Amino acid sequence: MDHHRTRTGKDVTSVDYNSLGFDEDATPRFDSPASVRDRLGEVQYLSNDAISSVVYLADRLRKPILVEGPAGTGKTQLAKSVAEITGARLIRLQCYEGLDEGKALYEWNYRKQLLRIQAGQSGDAAPVTAESWHNLEEDIFSEEFLLTRPLLEAIRAEDPVVLLIDEIDRVELETEALLLEILSEFQVSIPELGTVKATQFPLVFLTSNNTRELSEALKRRCLFLHIGYPELDREQAIIQARVPGITTELAEQVARLVGALRTIELKKAPSVSETIDWARTLVLLGRESIDAESAKETLHILLKYQTDIERANRELLSVVK
Amino acid sequence: MLDLLSGFVVELRNAGLPVSLTEHLDAAAAMSHISLEERTTLKAALAATLVKEEEHYAAFDLAFEVFFAMRDPAPEDLDDADLGLENGETAQQTPLTGSGQQRGSGGGGGSDLTPEELAKLLMSALVSGDASLLKMVAQGAVSRFAGMEPGRPVGGTYYLYRTLRNLDVDGASARLLEQLRDDRGVLEGSLDDRLLQAEVATKIERLKKAVEAEIRKRLVEDRGKEALAKSVRKPLPEDIDVMHATKDELVQLRRILQPLSRKLAVRLARKRRHGKRGGLDVRQTVRKSLSTGGVPIDPRFKKPRPSKPEIVVIADISGSVASFARFTLHLVHAISSQFSKVRSFVFIDGIDEVTRFFDATDDPTEAVYRINTEADVVYLDGHSDYGHALRTFDERWGKEINQKTTVLILGDARNNYHASEAWVVKAMAERARHVYWLNPEPRDYWGSGDSIVFDYASYCDGVIECRTLRQLEDFVGELA
Repeated sequence: MDHHRTRTGKDVTSVDYNSLGFDEDATPRFDSPASVRDRLGEVQYLSNDAISSVVYLADRLRKPILVEGPAGTGKTQLAKSVAEITGARLIRLQCYEGLDEGKALYEWNYRKQLLRIQAGQSGDAAPVTAESWHNLEEDIFSEEFLLTRPLLEAIRAEDPVVLLIDEIDRVELETEALLLEILSEFQVSIPELGTVKATQFPLVFLTSNNTRELSEALKRRCLFLHIGYPELDREQAIIQARVPGITTELAEQVARLVGALRTIELKKAPSVSETIDWARTLVLLGRESIDAESAKETLHILLKYQTDIERANRELLSVVK
Repeated sequence: MLDLLSGFVVELRNAGLPVSLTEHLDAAAAMSHISLEERTTLKAALAATLVKEEEHYAAFDLAFEVFFAMRDPAPEDLDDADLGLENGETAQQTPLTGSGQQRGSGGGGGSDLTPEELAKLLMSALVSGDASLLKMVAQGAVSRFAGMEPGRPVGGTYYLYRTLRNLDVDGASARLLEQLRDDRGVLEGSLDDRLLQAEVATKIERLKKAVEAEIRKRLVEDRGKEALAKSVRKPLPEDIDVMHATKDELVQLRRILQPLSRKLAVRLARKRRHGKRGGLDVRQTVRKSLSTGGVPIDPRFKKPRPSKPEIVVIADISGSVASFARFTLHLVHAISSQFSKVRSFVFIDGIDEVTRFFDATDDPTEAVYRINTEADVVYLDGHSDYGHALRTFDERWGKEINQKTTVLILGDARNNYHASEAWVVKAMAERARHVYWLNPEPRDYWGSGDSIVFDYASYCDGVIECRTLRQLEDFVGELA
């Protein structure tokens, strides 16, 4: 057991596996997977067994969740909804190629530091002694001059937060390493300040569209959740929950048609969010049911490639008499 | 329970999944937080902690079915309404089925049903889509039709085939379609009808799953977990031997090919961009040093200009190696942005250029489909003739191979005892940057029978055994 001082000057014992030095009595957020499911349902996020179990376990095991799956299946929405039901603040880090420490973790406010140095010099022209230099250094590397970025902000937050690291697969393999300390220890080491440890455990979601292989080290630290396209019943329920004023029949028809479209080999299968858009359009157009004709007219909302639209027309919508 | 978990982890590792010690510990920790009675939760917990890749779910599912089948025989998608009742029932039946596995006298729900009753039950189960009813049908059908005998070293697939054939699944699916059409007043050929067909297919698929689960459960009782897990273990999709893949496996392969090629392209593009800098640019450095009084403080480097190779693929698409050729063409064209030029030729005994199909569309799947239907590759009898195909290639396109070209020849070099014409490959190797031969056969078979791969091998820069997608991906990745 090693002791080290944190930012707040409190002695914290870092304990190994499973308890990371957080308050052990902290009440878990959820009672059971079923309660996760119910509460997500209240905010119109319809989960399944896998989703609710993993969210529940992430809270209990204090591990981040790596959510993977095709675009538009509600990966980001899951983080938002969990934040909503736990009454937590959502801190979001959008990843992109070239993301670096300064944008993800923290940065020193150079301009302010420079101002501070200049302010010190202008008053009296006293020669720089070792002591005054030391004081100045202490001063400009204090928290006042620290710009917190999403990751550090999530660690330092006093209020409950949900941290969402979106599209992690967009950063380079090397940048991933930045996250490892946060994900496993929930702490950030700042050379000038020491180690900043989380006072409370934030729920962390990482999403990935799987455009590249993530590193083993990252995957090992996370619980893995794959969100695929929903089953027929669930998709119908999602449509009904998300599209006000839709009839049950139309929702069912939409769900079935989309389900059938996904079985055709398309470049980009229709996602859940596109399905919802399509259902909304149909409702706005005042359609009570879909036939081949009306489906054809609005298919471009569902499919984004001309070749896909043609193929869908050919294989599904062409009426054989 | 922890022992069971350890056994399970060992099985996953045997199946090729990389499960680390930390992940094992996570799984153990997770189990202390959930109720082990709920099978779906247990499964989700294990999946979340042990499996970190979507492609591995299939292997995980299979191992889970085997290892945790005994604990709670309820199928995973059982409706909660029927859960209590069904559980009690099956609990009583399990010993019966265990002891009564002799032919025809098997216990289990519905085994005393006549085939007619079973068929009726099947229909109502399919129409309603009720999972517990479906399970009962599966139990009945397996007891009656599978003819399972204890200790018989037959794979589950055999029993599955027997059960499904006797259950007349094809007939049932046709009847189901008919009935649903009548019930809902759907016209044949309309959009609703198409949707109906999809629905029927899903229902039949669910029935097959139920039967499969039932057979597996009984096999576990008979043989024990470890032994069964070993016999039902399937290779991960990327490790499937392409030449001997079944139809289902080919579908699986096709599905992972697209993400695979996309990932490969991203990786290669990144490698190119972040590649090492070029050599020292003396002129620029001296010029720069003038501003610092001739001291070269700021050395300048040449811009990296990695050359993109030109690829010529010559692929045998005769029966035995057709699917392998298709995967390679798909993969090479999917990452064609990494090459300065890609040209493809396919042959059986005649040879034809197929680059036009890939140029015409940006969907490799469609291009591959057109190759199968439109390419002109038969010269005489439609049996592989490497000699003739290579000679024709040399006559028509041979001049276009230059020192920038990398030539890939795909095939098992089983030449039906025709002349090898290996001099073509020799001539090619002299002109091209590299000539590689990709052989989808296991190395041990090379040179046996009518395989003449060694005739060509001496002129190639390398002959590579390429049986799985993983090997193919590695090779293509090296190439770019």
